[in-house]
Amino acid sequence: MRYKDLSPAVRRSLWPIIGLFVLLLANVLISPEFFSIEIKDGRFYGSLIDVMNRAAPVALLAIGMTLVIATGGVDLSVGSVMAIAGAVSAGLIVGGVDNIAIVIGGGLLAGVAAGFVNGFLVGYFGIQPIVATLILMVAGRGIAQLINSGQIVTFHHEAFEYLGVGYLFGLPFPIILVIITFVLVQLLMRRTALGLFVEGVGANASASHYIGINDKLIKLMVYCVSGLCAAVAGMIAAADIGGSDANNAGLWLELDAILAVVIGGASLMGGRFSVFLSIIGALIIQALTITIILSGVPPKFNLLIKAAAIIVILLLQSPEFHRQIARFKKAGGAQS
Amino acid sequence: MNKKFLPLYVTSSLFVLLFLVGSVQFENFGTLRVFMNLFTDNAFLIIAAIGMTFVILSGGIDLSVGSTIALSGVIISVLLRDYGWHPIPAFAFVLVLGTLFGAAMGAIIHFYQLQPFIVTLAGMFFARGLSSVVSEESVPITHMFYDNVAMFGFELPGGAWLGSSTIIALVVLGLAIWLANFTRFGGRVYGIGGDAQSAALMGVPIARTTISVYALSSFFAALSGIVFSFYTFSGYSLAAVGVELDAIAAVVIGGTLLTGGYGYVVGTLFGVLIMGVVQTYISFDGTLSSWWTKIVIGLLLFVFIALQRYLVRRGTKA
Amino acid sequence: MSTDDTVLALRGVVKTFPGVKALNGVDFTLRKGEIHALLGENGAGKSTLIKVMTGVYRRNGGIIALDGTEIHPANTGDAQDLGISTVYQEVNLLPNLTVAQNVFLEREPKRFGIIDWRRMNREARELLLGYDLDIDVTAPLNSYSVAVQQLIAIARGVSMSAKVLILDEPTASLDAEEVASLFNIMRDLRDRGIGIVFVTHFLDQVYAVCDRITILRNGTLVGEYEAATLSQQDLVSHMLGKELEKAVHEKVGQAEAQTRETLFELNQGSSDVLEPLDISVCAGQVVGLAGLLGSGRTELCKLVFGVDELSQGDAKLNNQSIRFSNTRQAVVAGLGLCPEDRKKDGILGPMSIRENMIMALQNKRGWWRYIPMKKQRELAEHYVKVLKIATSDIEKPINQLSGGNQQKVILARWLAAEPKLMLLDEPTRGIDVGAHAEIIQLIRKLCDDGLGLLVASSELEELVEFADKVVVMRDRRKVAELSGSDISQQTIMQAIAGQS
Repeated sequence: MRYKDLSPAVRRSLWPIIGLFVLLLANVLISPEFFSIEIKDGRFYGSLIDVMNRAAPVALLAIGMTLVIATGGVDLSVGSVMAIAGAVSAGLIVGGVDNIAIVIGGGLLAGVAAGFVNGFLVGYFGIQPIVATLILMVAGRGIAQLINSGQIVTFHHEAFEYLGVGYLFGLPFPIILVIITFVLVQLLMRRTALGLFVEGVGANASASHYIGINDKLIKLMVYCVSGLCAAVAGMIAAADIGGSDANNAGLWLELDAILAVVIGGASLMGGRFSVFLSIIGALIIQALTITIILSGVPPKFNLLIKAAAIIVILLLQSPEFHRQIARFKKAGGAQS
Repeated sequence: MNKKFLPLYVTSSLFVLLFLVGSVQFENFGTLRVFMNLFTDNAFLIIAAIGMTFVILSGGIDLSVGSTIALSGVIISVLLRDYGWHPIPAFAFVLVLGTLFGAAMGAIIHFYQLQPFIVTLAGMFFARGLSSVVSEESVPITHMFYDNVAMFGFELPGGAWLGSSTIIALVVLGLAIWLANFTRFGGRVYGIGGDAQSAALMGVPIARTTISVYALSSFFAALSGIVFSFYTFSGYSLAAVGVELDAIAAVVIGGTLLTGGYGYVVGTLFGVLIMGVVQTYISFDGTLSSWWTKIVIGLLLFVFIALQRYLVRRGTKA
Repeated sequence: MSTDDTVLALRGVVKTFPGVKALNGVDFTLRKGEIHALLGENGAGKSTLIKVMTGVYRRNGGIIALDGTEIHPANTGDAQDLGISTVYQEVNLLPNLTVAQNVFLEREPKRFGIIDWRRMNREARELLLGYDLDIDVTAPLNSYSVAVQQLIAIARGVSMSAKVLILDEPTASLDAEEVASLFNIMRDLRDRGIGIVFVTHFLDQVYAVCDRITILRNGTLVGEYEAATLSQQDLVSHMLGKELEKAVHEKVGQAEAQTRETLFELNQGSSDVLEPLDISVCAGQVVGLAGLLGSGRTELCKLVFGVDELSQGDAKLNNQSIRFSNTRQAVVAGLGLCPEDRKKDGILGPMSIRENMIMALQNKRGWWRYIPMKKQRELAEHYVKVLKIATSDIEKPINQLSGGNQQKVILARWLAAEPKLMLLDEPTRGIDVGAHAEIIQLIRKLCDDGLGLLVASSELEELVEFADKVVVMRDRRKVAELSGSDISQQTIMQAIAGQS
């Protein structure tokens, strides 16, 4: 079977998966013990587990971001929302709340509220997504600092810390959380018609409106889901360090999340989406970081390599680039 | 009253109002000194935000501004310390480099039809990454020329100070107003922001203008980096994080429409000044914490965006 | 190759797009000081020819000569510099710039290197006074009506020392008075020696103002004629490529309509942009909506569908009062709307044919009750077969189909949702001749199946062919209702023109 004969869906998923595979292969070549996984006290340990665990927050953000980007939007506020959710949970714990359901519920509620604000501005106010979510990106950290009174709030709460450092079925709990979120979102999107509506709104909001789809509500929903995912990621980050740092929690992670979705092959113009491929994208980002470390390139090259990766991926997605390549090939063929 | 200047009136009145509120409340607020300090403290932001104004007027956005500021600071400090350059050729070097960097982003945006925000996001990573490759630690700048430039200025009545960075910012402002409203280039920028397709049909060179706009923004960002190094006397790869957001906020609060085509460079100056006044107010108060700045700016952003929305809707109905 | 008074000459111009030959060796000759109509059906190649002349497209073959020298405009700016200016149907000026800036964009007067605003405003004002426009040139363009904007566009085009002025459907959104003053200006320009190419759909306008006529059909030249000697009858048959035949469709006459059940009724309904009007559709009846662009056809469709709110009067479906606060309620109630702009409001570009087809039905069922994939495929396969949609695969993205096939997919989308009343706004716009006929057949078949249809169209022959009743709109109000044997191109045109 030739590449051309593959269905578009398969073709799209091929590249991210190959990319991840190549990166992992490179890691093994550089460091042969990369794939080795030990089991100690019924827990898995190893670089691979490490990659997944560290990719968890970005993967969670990417799940929400995928839906937002599928509607043709973008959510720049997820990093700040992480900080807010972490601060709310930390505040509840420090304030003497012991009930884990309330602590987590508070964090989630903060995330949904933030998502609601974003979604309302985009859906019902008609403000461009970059701008609408910029407001919370700027103000969100201020709000988180307000909740924390400008301090780094540290806490000790075993059940809550489990979110960040616990193990279930031998796997770090953040990985489990990613899996749970993925399954839930996937069920919601692909076992109901919601996914279709999300793609419809992203493909053509005006046409969707004429079909009778409530495009405003769909937009509101995806930003709420994104806020929820960010809240989970924020609580993981807070639980991980046993404290809420409003300045640094989730800093720049919105960019990694967008990057993960783009690597997963989604178009920033909206339309088709695959939550699974975005998670692969998040893994690629983390694996790339590890590859850089393992290969002995100083970590200061990290950002530069990431930037180069984005440009290459963007160019590969651009139809104009393909046309240029085709022209180039043609010219080359004519000469030879 | 001309309707098209309405956002400008709102912004400038808001600034005056905030300044008056501060003056009534605090003894030493309403002085020329505090007013001039708004310029001194924010000169680098004024310069960067003016560059951003052109990008936003053309309907784009530039997220790479903060990193470009850091990059030019790092390069200057390393050139001075490790290569013994004189600051002036070092300045010229980073200005040229910045311009080329912006032009490259503009070219990618135009020729590959990519969204400005993602391309400049990559640019942000790139510039930030390049600065940490050049030097991860903060590099101090010690040069007589720097001391002289930083000290240069004029004493104004009441202990106010018109320093070198303020002068540079004001020169940039004048230059930008000339560019935006008295050259063909300015008309093209507004035109592309209004309706790129029509502009192309009317003979506006889209490619050249788009590339120039991003080159201009990065040029101003590099210049802003030079001014920034006058404050810090160092170059640091993690400096000026998030300045792009402040710049965008200043442009929006300054009354420029984020969808492009409408707005004025002078508005951006008032946008920066409003943000500065809020900051000054909070530091004068003493009981308010610094994070209120971010929250107030967020609120102002919201109010101005809502106002723009309202004006646009009313405009299309009329 | 040209006589003395020829300003623009095209010889054997060819333009191909992947899979389509849009222009097949077309000749066109424009003389100095004439108004030359360029006519043809949708898809005949008019707009492609214009785009080749103005440098939007590059020709694949043939010669274009301006004043006897061959030209190769690479873009519109190039063409403008050469002396070919174009004014489009949708005003292509910049809404946010001032009137003066729009007139002088890219050639602003300068003094000491800076733009001389005072001179620019003065010259713009003087220029526009020549067109009877006494307006504030420092105001933004979008503070003026479309008619004024159009005149500004013409003034801009002519002032760029144009030798050739191309007017692409300039009258589409103008009222009669505005058209008359435009014609005066056109005649005036002609007398000043400018060659004007006039593209229009309105045949009476051709005779009112044009000297000569060139007709295209399917990308080839039919012929060049003197306006004075070509009868309207011949003109139409040249455009259609056939003799005018009387429509054979059995119309549901007024008497019969009364015996049928009324499906939809609008009583004195109005919206922000429409005057109150009555309209009714019976089951199995095709009601045509005629009128010029901007006459309120599209607005009426939007009002019925609930996109625009009913500000007065009431609407009834099956004798039950309806009032929609969103489009979904309209769909659930049994309405469907194929919008005018297929690309902008119709297709979900990157999504598959299957998904495009099931979307309306899915929306009617709600998000929770997902249509099983097997059922989706069956539906899609069924409609691909029934509507003869040319595709090998229902999973192909719809934007890879031709315009006609896209339109059929959108029709299928609504058929699958089984509506009672369907609104078709310009169902055949931009569709090639073959698909055009099929879609018309389909429309007829649909009403035979008991569906009520409201079809807005600017193609009169189309309306005559299939409509049982024609409602004529002008200036956002209903001006006539024709039914049965009263329906002819002549009567509709008279009603549109207000001569009834």
